[in-house]
Amino acid sequence: MPFIPHTDDDVREMLAVIGVPSIETLFEEIPAGLRVQSLAEVPEGLSELEVMQLMTERAHADGRPKCFIGAGAYEHHIPAAVWSTVTRGEFYSAYTPYQAEASQGTLQTIYEYQTMMASLTGMQVSNASLYDGATAVAEASLMAVRANRRSKSARILLPRSLHPHYRDVTLASASNQGLKFEELPYDRATGQLAPGALSGLDGQDITALVIQQPNFLGVMEEVDALTDWAHAHGALVVAVVNPISLALLKPPGQWGAKGADIAVGDGQPLGCPLSSGGPYFGFMTTRMEHVRQMPGRIVGRTVDLDGRPGFTLTLQAREQHIRRAKATSNICTNQGLLMMAGTVYLSLMGAEGMERVAAASMARTEQLAQLLTAIGGVRRTFSHPVFHEIVLSLDRPVAAVLAALAERDIQGGLDLTEYYPELGNALLVCATETKSQLDIEAYARAMTEALRAVRAA
Amino acid sequence: MSNIPTDLKYARTHEWLRTLSDGNVEVGISDHAQAALGDLVFVQLPDVGRAVAAGDACAVVESVKAASDLYAPVAGHVVAINEALSKEPELINQDPYGRGWVMRLKPDGATAGLLSAADYQKVADESEG
Repeated sequence: MPFIPHTDDDVREMLAVIGVPSIETLFEEIPAGLRVQSLAEVPEGLSELEVMQLMTERAHADGRPKCFIGAGAYEHHIPAAVWSTVTRGEFYSAYTPYQAEASQGTLQTIYEYQTMMASLTGMQVSNASLYDGATAVAEASLMAVRANRRSKSARILLPRSLHPHYRDVTLASASNQGLKFEELPYDRATGQLAPGALSGLDGQDITALVIQQPNFLGVMEEVDALTDWAHAHGALVVAVVNPISLALLKPPGQWGAKGADIAVGDGQPLGCPLSSGGPYFGFMTTRMEHVRQMPGRIVGRTVDLDGRPGFTLTLQAREQHIRRAKATSNICTNQGLLMMAGTVYLSLMGAEGMERVAAASMARTEQLAQLLTAIGGVRRTFSHPVFHEIVLSLDRPVAAVLAALAERDIQGGLDLTEYYPELGNALLVCATETKSQLDIEAYARAMTEALRAVRAA
Repeated sequence: MSNIPTDLKYARTHEWLRTLSDGNVEVGISDHAQAALGDLVFVQLPDVGRAVAAGDACAVVESVKAASDLYAPVAGHVVAINEALSKEPELINQDPYGRGWVMRLKPDGATAGLLSAADYQKVADESEG
């Protein structure tokens, strides 16, 4: 169907019906100071060729640096089959189709995605994806308040070592819905949740404990003990996990005696390119007992009138188009296209491929950490084991060192000064399977030179 | 034509109320309401001991096509819930005034402001019209 804009006559007629002289009148209640007077900063349109030339030029201006930045978004190899499958016409949409059951192929893919994510996280059910890891934590907090009916406090414990963006988004989107968030400190020696962080909370009404594994500082948490502590105190456990890490680490469904209650995270490592920060997708899985409190869409397998297998959206009564203001969330569509990429990625990699990616990433990071900490002025900040990311303390300001590394075509990591000023000159670095032995050695040489340059300056 | 027993009281929001011999009241949803919802697949029950005001949403009945709140027809405390509904929500479809009861309340005061069967019949007729 073509897009047909309103004609001037249409507009005049509509204005006459509502008794308003002009469209401008409709905007009068917005204070003048808030309104953009002109769009002079927006350039005229360019041809496709001109856009290609401009963007190629800009991409070249960045050089082709090796990226050692992780911090929630990770560079992994994406097999070519992932995006050639996802961009097929049958799949190429961000949306769950409006006549969902007419698109059996899309529903089957979502069903397979849900099955793989439930299996990967050790949980029983998955939704059809959320926006990203940050909103997934916010949604999980809201869900925990609905699901934990014994708790009346709506108190959620968020570690300071949770991804800072996840904390910000969760506070911004859930604080005004009656939830109370409390920050748990990390231990400055180990990087884990501080042992004393929970002891003061005995006997109090806590709705949920959020545990990120590994945490934003790269460090492995004692997830079993933390999960058991939460359950002993009547709190639910929200696990925030990196899906690649689950090929090696214990899945949230097996944490402690009873397992985590909700598992969430960012699906970006599964087939989604870094691409200037997105789009990515969030995932959420849970136990069957909480399924009616889970936001988002769920695809189920069923049989039709003739007994043939088919797929259908299920448990829709809790969603906004039916339950209106009392819906479990306002998520109606999802990151369908990115979720599709994740599904194809998981299918292509299989359990063995995932294990190899995870093991190679972990080994590369350890190798990188060893080479870098052999350099004077670089040491490990925390004593505890990591997965594929580690905090290093430098004896010079991180921003200057990163700038010197960038001149040597190395994106050296994330400067933690802004997020964790208490750590001083701290740098978060990551190496995945995409970095070769030569890349890592090149980084170490560049670090030696960069530190020398910064000291000389 | 739905079944509206004359020995019960009703709320405009389609709950029925039966006064028990111990002074407590039993609450469920009307035959008309269960028929309008269709096959029930889930009932979310309130916690025993919860204090409710008249008109509070305290349970959810969910069918394949809708989820509706059940409102307390009177103020009081929840003293019992029908646990059987957790496994067999269809009891509400099969026997809305009997085995499909939802909760029992110890009322705070008199059960004023409710409808007789004849008055509720009008409400049901209107919502069907």
